[in-house]
Amino acid sequence: MNWLPTLIKACYFLAALLFILGLKRMSSPRTARGGVVWAGYGMLLAVLATFFLPGIHNVGLILAAVLIGVSAAWWTGKRVAMTAMPQMVALYNGMGGGAAAAIGAVELIGYVRELALLQPAGMPGGSPAVPATVPLSPVELALGVLGALIGAVSFSGSLIAFAKLQGWLDRRFVFPAQRAVNLLLLAAAVLLGVLLASGHACVPLIAAFFVLALLFGLMMTLPIGGADMPVVISLYNALTGLAVAFEGFVLGNEAMIIAGTVVGAAGTLLTQLMAKAMNRSIGNVLFGSFGAAGGEAQAIDGAQKPIEASDAAVMMAYAERVVIVPGYGMAVAQAQHKVWEFAQLLIKRGVKVKFAIHPVAGRMPGHMNVLLAEAGVPYDLIADMDDINPEFAVTDVALVIGANDVVNPLARTDPASPIYGMPILDVGDSRHVIVVKRGKGTGFAGIENALFYADNARMLYGDGQAAAGQLVNELKTLDD
Amino acid sequence: MIDGFLALYIFMLAAFTGYEIIARVPVILHTPLMSGSNFVHGIVLVGAMIALGHAQTPFEMTVGFVGVLLGAGNAAGGYVVTERMLEMFKSSKADAGKGSK
Repeated sequence: MNWLPTLIKACYFLAALLFILGLKRMSSPRTARGGVVWAGYGMLLAVLATFFLPGIHNVGLILAAVLIGVSAAWWTGKRVAMTAMPQMVALYNGMGGGAAAAIGAVELIGYVRELALLQPAGMPGGSPAVPATVPLSPVELALGVLGALIGAVSFSGSLIAFAKLQGWLDRRFVFPAQRAVNLLLLAAAVLLGVLLASGHACVPLIAAFFVLALLFGLMMTLPIGGADMPVVISLYNALTGLAVAFEGFVLGNEAMIIAGTVVGAAGTLLTQLMAKAMNRSIGNVLFGSFGAAGGEAQAIDGAQKPIEASDAAVMMAYAERVVIVPGYGMAVAQAQHKVWEFAQLLIKRGVKVKFAIHPVAGRMPGHMNVLLAEAGVPYDLIADMDDINPEFAVTDVALVIGANDVVNPLARTDPASPIYGMPILDVGDSRHVIVVKRGKGTGFAGIENALFYADNARMLYGDGQAAAGQLVNELKTLDD
Repeated sequence: MIDGFLALYIFMLAAFTGYEIIARVPVILHTPLMSGSNFVHGIVLVGAMIALGHAQTPFEMTVGFVGVLLGAGNAAGGYVVTERMLEMFKSSKADAGKGSK
């Protein structure tokens, strides 16, 4: 009966291969869809193989947990709106971190139990009745503790990120000496971790270790503003990958080591790319002064000037160039289809229409592209920030729909502003700006927007979907 | 279980692989890729299954059960969300082709 372990190992190998090939395919738009299916087969193979691993007990329990977990996540994942995708990624990522932490916990508790069994016997030779787990080597122990620490931080941190994006936790949570408290928490967690790893393990110590790690993840994420969440989620994604790799080493599972490490490295790079797109360093995002820059924010003079949908439609109908700047508000209102209908009517009239996408429009890089793609907007009409910014000067009308912070000139002019330094779309350079907005409130980052008070800006108040519908109707009456 | 240096080699090579896969990715794929890599570390489910499979006391079993539950959520949720995101790329291509011509 030597073929079974070999077969299982082969399954894990194949799974790792499928993960890497799948991710590779996912990095090109042409093959992306097949990529996730490949990785999916890899996952299925690895999970099925694990049921046949020699020495696996509690199969009923495992099966129950797998079925409950899979069906709950499948159901929520299928039902959630496309706009809520970023927080779902955060949620599922947190679950992965939690699972890694749980593995670490089980291994540590088991280690304590075995230690207690071994000590009276004196020699390791007098091994316990069920030699299911060999006592861990120092390296395995250290990596297991490290993986558990990272996993627990990623778990609580991701849950906070989820709650923030979901709108359950608005605004930032700041108090004096926050950084010092956080640092102390981390130091305490690491200290306990070192104690655990050096063999002073006991159950209360393990519990305290996890409480501290979870608390650190919580406290570290609370002060980070909503605008920085994409970078944070990506970072936690990379961290979960690392945690999985470390726990994989403890369990002696190569598929986990490879998949976890690949995700850890890829996620780290992805985090850097995202941070670069927002002109912020990762350190700045995590420990930076988002909102703590001191000094009063610049006062904004003037008033917001409203415009009727009919006037706005005429303005764009007779314009030469129109740039549409969609933001999260358009996504929430599910207005992308109406907006594209409106754009098509303009194009039919001979207006040159483009869509300008800020790197972090929506809640994540590329989120807006996905939504526009859903509506059927062709790729060649969608322009990146760097390409479109010089064009605003020759643009007649910039139509801002549900975007706020990414077009806020304060990012350029006000050093006291929390978003100072973030590159923005220069919609103010165009001759007219029409802003579709639900009300007079501030954006996701909670900052007043100077653009709305500019002389060439007009506000079209209303829900994105309704406003776009009105614009379409007005255009149609023009054609009659 | 695994020789320490062998694990180190695996770690190194896998890290380079991950780095190379993501380098030169268009911005529009950042979100799907983040979601996709989120799905891939759902392999933690396998580890949680092994941990629960070796659990002996009720306490260990409880923690292991929670671990498997969370891991299963990571894997299944990650897959569904990624697939739905990428679904749009496909349908959009077909529609865009029709719409623009």
